Amino acid sequence: MKNKKLLSNVGSILFENKVLILFAVLCIFCISYSEVNVSYVSGELFTRLGRNACLVLSLIIPVLAGLGLNFGIVVGAIASQIAIFWVVHWGFTGITGFMLTALIATPLAIIFGILVGILYNKTKGSEMITGLVLGYFADGLYKLFVLYIIGGVIPFDDPNLLPRGFGLKNAFDLTGSLKYSLDDISLLEVVTVAAVIFVIAQIAIIIYKSVKKQALGLTKRIVGIVIAAVLGGVSFAVTSVVTTLETAIANGTGVPAIVNKLAPVCYKLDNLYGQTRLLLSDAIFLFGVVAAIVFAVKLVQALISKKSFTRPLAGMIAMVLIIVLAMIPAVNAVTASVRIPACTYAMIFVFCAINNWLLSTKLGQDMRTVGQNRAVATSAGINVNRTRIIAVCVSTVLAAWGQLIFLQNLGTFNTIQQQTNVGLYSIAALLVGGASVQKANNKQAVIGVILFHTLFVVAPLAATKLVGDSAISEYIRMFLSYGVIAAALAMHAWKKVKKKFGNDKKAEVK
Amino acid sequence: MDKPYVLSMKGIEKEYYGNKVLKGVDLYIAPGEIHALMGENGAGKSTLMNILFGMPVIHNTGGFKGVIEVNGEQVNIDSPQKAMELGIGMVHQEFMLIPGFTVTENIKVGREITTPTIASSIFGKKLEALDKRSMAADARTALDTIGLDISEDTMVRGLPVGYMQFIEIAREIDKSGMQILIFDEPTAVLTESEADRLLDAMRTIAAKGIAIIFITHRIDEVMNVTDSMTVLRDGTLVERLITKDTTAARIAELMIGRKVEKLVEDTVDNRTLDDNDIILSLRDYYVDMPGEKVHGIDLDVRRGEILGIGGLAGQGKVGIPNGILGLYEAAGEIVFDGEKINPNKLGDALNKGIAFVSEDRRGVGLLLEETIEQNIVFSAMQVKEDFLHKFGPLKIFDAKAAKAFADDMIQKLDIRCTGSSQYVGRLSGGNQQKVCLARALALAPKLLIVSEPTRGIDIGAKKLVLELLVKLNRETGLTIIVVSSELNELRSLSDRIAIVSDGKLTAMLAPDASDAKYGLAMSGSKAGGEE
Repeated sequence: MKNKKLLSNVGSILFENKVLILFAVLCIFCISYSEVNVSYVSGELFTRLGRNACLVLSLIIPVLAGLGLNFGIVVGAIASQIAIFWVVHWGFTGITGFMLTALIATPLAIIFGILVGILYNKTKGSEMITGLVLGYFADGLYKLFVLYIIGGVIPFDDPNLLPRGFGLKNAFDLTGSLKYSLDDISLLEVVTVAAVIFVIAQIAIIIYKSVKKQALGLTKRIVGIVIAAVLGGVSFAVTSVVTTLETAIANGTGVPAIVNKLAPVCYKLDNLYGQTRLLLSDAIFLFGVVAAIVFAVKLVQALISKKSFTRPLAGMIAMVLIIVLAMIPAVNAVTASVRIPACTYAMIFVFCAINNWLLSTKLGQDMRTVGQNRAVATSAGINVNRTRIIAVCVSTVLAAWGQLIFLQNLGTFNTIQQQTNVGLYSIAALLVGGASVQKANNKQAVIGVILFHTLFVVAPLAATKLVGDSAISEYIRMFLSYGVIAAALAMHAWKKVKKKFGNDKKAEVK
Repeated sequence: MDKPYVLSMKGIEKEYYGNKVLKGVDLYIAPGEIHALMGENGAGKSTLMNILFGMPVIHNTGGFKGVIEVNGEQVNIDSPQKAMELGIGMVHQEFMLIPGFTVTENIKVGREITTPTIASSIFGKKLEALDKRSMAADARTALDTIGLDISEDTMVRGLPVGYMQFIEIAREIDKSGMQILIFDEPTAVLTESEADRLLDAMRTIAAKGIAIIFITHRIDEVMNVTDSMTVLRDGTLVERLITKDTTAARIAELMIGRKVEKLVEDTVDNRTLDDNDIILSLRDYYVDMPGEKVHGIDLDVRRGEILGIGGLAGQGKVGIPNGILGLYEAAGEIVFDGEKINPNKLGDALNKGIAFVSEDRRGVGLLLEETIEQNIVFSAMQVKEDFLHKFGPLKIFDAKAAKAFADDMIQKLDIRCTGSSQYVGRLSGGNQQKVCLARALALAPKLLIVSEPTRGIDIGAKKLVLELLVKLNRETGLTIIVVSSELNELRSLSDRIAIVSDGKLTAMLAPDASDAKYGLAMSGSKAGGEE
């Protein structure tokens, strides 16, 4: 009896995750069939993960707000590309240029998002097909803008970008301007900046709460501030010690004794975490250790308050396992050959945090209510149309930032049609991760990107091997994206039909 | 007025597109009183409640006339939000719950407790964080008040239907300043024990001084729980009664009572109906039609009779023919003229000689963008392969035969049109209904089932359609089942009338049985159960 129940539980878990399982199996099959080098695949994969994850994460809010898969993120990408033209034209580079682009793209994306949202409100129930067609329409308008209006109508004097006086040139090179503007920030710098921001934010919250006379939660916040200060201090110290030493060596001047003493440790740390690209093996180790510590803290909290401690315990064990697994020589050989941009990966966490935070607010709850049932939302006094527009705006803005992260990593893009398939690829990735038209979360987005892009890399190779013609790979990619969307949607529909049938059976028994 | 009423609605009138649905209705309710609002379908109960709740449907169709006073002060309720602010709440017939949310989230939907944050002080209140702990505490209090013993963290999906009703109630009483609570047919979907618990909960709530408007057609429950009631009929106020001074039979009479107008002229009737000559028999028959479920019916139809099936909307009468024809999933034994019919095989009933004119004339009954001729011959062509030339495997439409047949039908049924090639969408409701009948007749059926034959048809055309049915029956001996919400109509043409309530057959009545009997049978009251 117990066994049977366990079996049916396992069965239902497998059934719930069937989309995920199917594509995982497909990935493994393609990898083994194409006999491709695993280091090559993981190198490609981690580049693509950093590039694409943020775009896919921008799709989650509209799904939860009942708008389905937002094909309209294309307009976000367009907003981002338009901002890039001007920032490059003005000659801003590096992280300054990146921030400025984001700053210009945001209001553009908000305006576009409002327009898209209004359109979606007029076509309730068929947002997806509207979004798809809208994407094509926006694509056309954008092409008109890029090929004629810029320079032709709007003055834009830049012979490098507009050789004919109007119409941007086809390939837009970001080298020397925005390329790697985010990727080139090392983990230590990220930690330093994040710590400073965190400390300032916490102090602001404490001041705000004491003014408003709310509960402070002071001990928790002070612990947080101390930890952040230590982390920030260490990372700042490491970078400054290394820079001081290097300047000293270059200038042939002496250095203070304390710097000399710290130097060996600092060099070691800088070598590990101070590079612009982080070694994947180091990143996994660091992530595992930090996550394990977080889980350990949660475990202690759960034990003190006598709540269920299975989750933190399981998390801790999983993290330890990950660290151990990563140390296996075969695995280590792969992870030690891959380098990832730290700051870009940090952005994935930031995007996840934005989604989660938004959902924990009243606005987020309204969005979920609207997504689940518009009639209930209306009768509860929620402005359905407004909430939907805000959801589309958030998605469009996140997509604009996501596209910016994508392009700075790519380094050069096709001015005219870089944005065309943004919606398609992102949605396919999200669906592969097990999300559906009604349900999606951060985890599914990240897993989806991993699986979809693994397929994206290996499927053409497998196909080439099968047919013996390398020209097939482009077709395979198109086929793959559309096929994935169709298959995932069909499998989801299967799930729903099955459920309905089950209910009928129950009704009969009654 | 000696009593201070919490709610007074005076002289309420409402028109929908020139059709008067409320003709000066008054409603008075004192605090802590349980007041029933009674009436048949179309009596104006829902419209009156929509007005009270400020539903957009009222204000999009030109508003209403009359005065609403809450606590003696005249108020203007122009939106549901306004109604809520005045302390008017509604427990809906269809659950307004979100299955993917927890009980707490459902109870607090739209009224979440939040705490301000830095982001909210910059970008507005919408970004305040949810205070989940206080929300859960409030939900718990509300659940305890009505005595529902489930965890407030449970997902609503998968809870029994009875619980959902209670969660709706918990949501309403959680609202602060609740004065008037409307229960719209709350017991319709509940089992008997659940309904009893609900009535208990209503008493508890009323004891707190909240006035309750209880919309129902179950007279037993009204007698059981209410203090007073208002009976409506055809949009007019019949009477305001004090429950303890009245009887179930009197209420039933008030609900139904109307002068019986002859809708059909008497015709020569030389039929002989034989109780043993059964053309259709249903045994333990179930239909799963959303909103019109049938829960186990035994019914025999005699050859050559006109059988009426009546009952209130949503009680399952419409489900009966839809199940037989295989349009919704059905179970049970159906024997037609000695042959078994498989209800889950679409077209089986049609092939064996049952024709059906659907209640949804414009939706499933007609091809609106096609000609009269096409509409009339369509079913016969599909089912019996009439009006077709056959050349081996090829089948070609026989336009000549179709036109001849359509013209014949137009003449016989007196369809007013410019010719058989006119588009059906342009015809009036009455003539469209005749086209539906012509199509059913084209199948040369042994049994004709007509569902809501006069819905959306004006009085004159109504009479014609009903007379046509009687004529068909008398002249050709065709057995007809008429399903209708209009009792008057059924009583003027049927030989017997089956009353369906709650998916079950509650009574088989003669057309001239008393109003009280009909009323009790339709309300599912046990007193009306015997034949």
